[in-house]
Amino acid sequence: MSLALADTDRPALPRGVRVVEDRVRGGQVLLAPEKAIALDAIGSAILARVDGQRSFAEIVAGLAATYDAPAERIAEDVQRFLAGLRARMFVQVAP
Amino acid sequence: MTAPPPIAMLAELTHRCPLACPYCSNPVELLGREAELDSATWISAFEQAADLGVLQLHLSGGEPAARRDLVELTAAAHEAGLYTNLITSGIGLTPDRLDALEAAGLDHVQVSMQGTDPGLADRIGGYKGGFERKIAVMREIARRGLPLTLNAVMHRQNLDDLDATIELAVDLGARRLEVACVQFHGWATRNRAALLPTRAQTEAAKRIVAEAEARLRGVMAFDFVPPDYYADYPKACMGGWGSAGLNITPDGTVLPCHAAASIPHLTFDNIRDTSLRAIWYDSAAFNAYRGTGWMQEPCRSCDRREVDFGGCRCQALAIAGDAAAADPVCAKSPHRHLVEARLAEVEAAAADADTPLVYRKME
Repeated sequence: MSLALADTDRPALPRGVRVVEDRVRGGQVLLAPEKAIALDAIGSAILARVDGQRSFAEIVAGLAATYDAPAERIAEDVQRFLAGLRARMFVQVAP
Repeated sequence: MTAPPPIAMLAELTHRCPLACPYCSNPVELLGREAELDSATWISAFEQAADLGVLQLHLSGGEPAARRDLVELTAAAHEAGLYTNLITSGIGLTPDRLDALEAAGLDHVQVSMQGTDPGLADRIGGYKGGFERKIAVMREIARRGLPLTLNAVMHRQNLDDLDATIELAVDLGARRLEVACVQFHGWATRNRAALLPTRAQTEAAKRIVAEAEARLRGVMAFDFVPPDYYADYPKACMGGWGSAGLNITPDGTVLPCHAAASIPHLTFDNIRDTSLRAIWYDSAAFNAYRGTGWMQEPCRSCDRREVDFGGCRCQALAIAGDAAAADPVCAKSPHRHLVEARLAEVEAAAADADTPLVYRKME
């Protein structure tokens, strides 16, 4: 199966995967089974919108509006980021 | 040099275990129940770890479920803000115990797998009836939606079973499968001739994992640990000594890695006497192989010195006789011929199917 998200797909963090504040190093970190991934500002902004409710298209539109950036460019970044997490089973997708 | 804060801590709550796996990587001399840390000391260690920057806590053993206070310890670790991972054989995890662990905030379970049928699995685990009990526990974990990783420890006697292992993991609802070829530390060293896979098996395993990974994309994630004896370069053991992880043994000894106590000239501090922070940043043992300053040639001038950090110190000691030498699996190591000699023994032993297994037993 392809890991790419369709516009209508609604990504979510499954049980056992969560974003927390890293109180020692600062910033946010994605905690998953046997893995900790430090998030940069872009990763944090994307995951803040990954709630199982918003669709891929809505996430992209929201980020494009907030950061005043071209939607095509944002869509590429979000797609790459979420597909990578999906390959590790850190993101699940509902149609 | 200034070390970064640690990310992960392995808490070996006990050496007690119902299984008798010949590949056990715990030391040859095990610690008994009377030597184990009490609950309060473990809880203090978890709180210190979180304050130090540890994010992931692996509750392991032995069999951690052999500790009566496992739920209490899990709750305290969760309370301290740690991501809690239970590394278990599955034996001893009743539904009631799983209820309590879930309520305590357990995040993830990793269950070890010795084989895909009762005959093979119970022969390797040395525990009759173990397979059926494990399968029941894994189904129960998956039914609850608790994230499950299957850790299939692979070696010469079960590597041909890899296809069936992958199918079983999918059937059980595992989110992730770790295909971990046995590493030779502690007890496992005694069984190297019986357990080290052949080169043909290793090549087949790489193909099978790559094919399954592509086919099961989005269904199950894979981690593959190939047998490093067949590699050209060593593994980046622990992501570098004293740089990312630490390990506490059942009696409170704090180690830079699981097998580090095998290095006899190092002295390791105990969490009963010294703070985790002092041990991590200031102890001689944690500073012994940090960074690159300790390296000899060929590591010192190697362009991979900050990629694999010279490999595994324990393996360098065990095979080359010097913990500061390059990991002898490295193609550049002057001791590589010692690894080749062991591989030659494997090809000879593989022709003789009756190489006996030496089971792990607690005295």
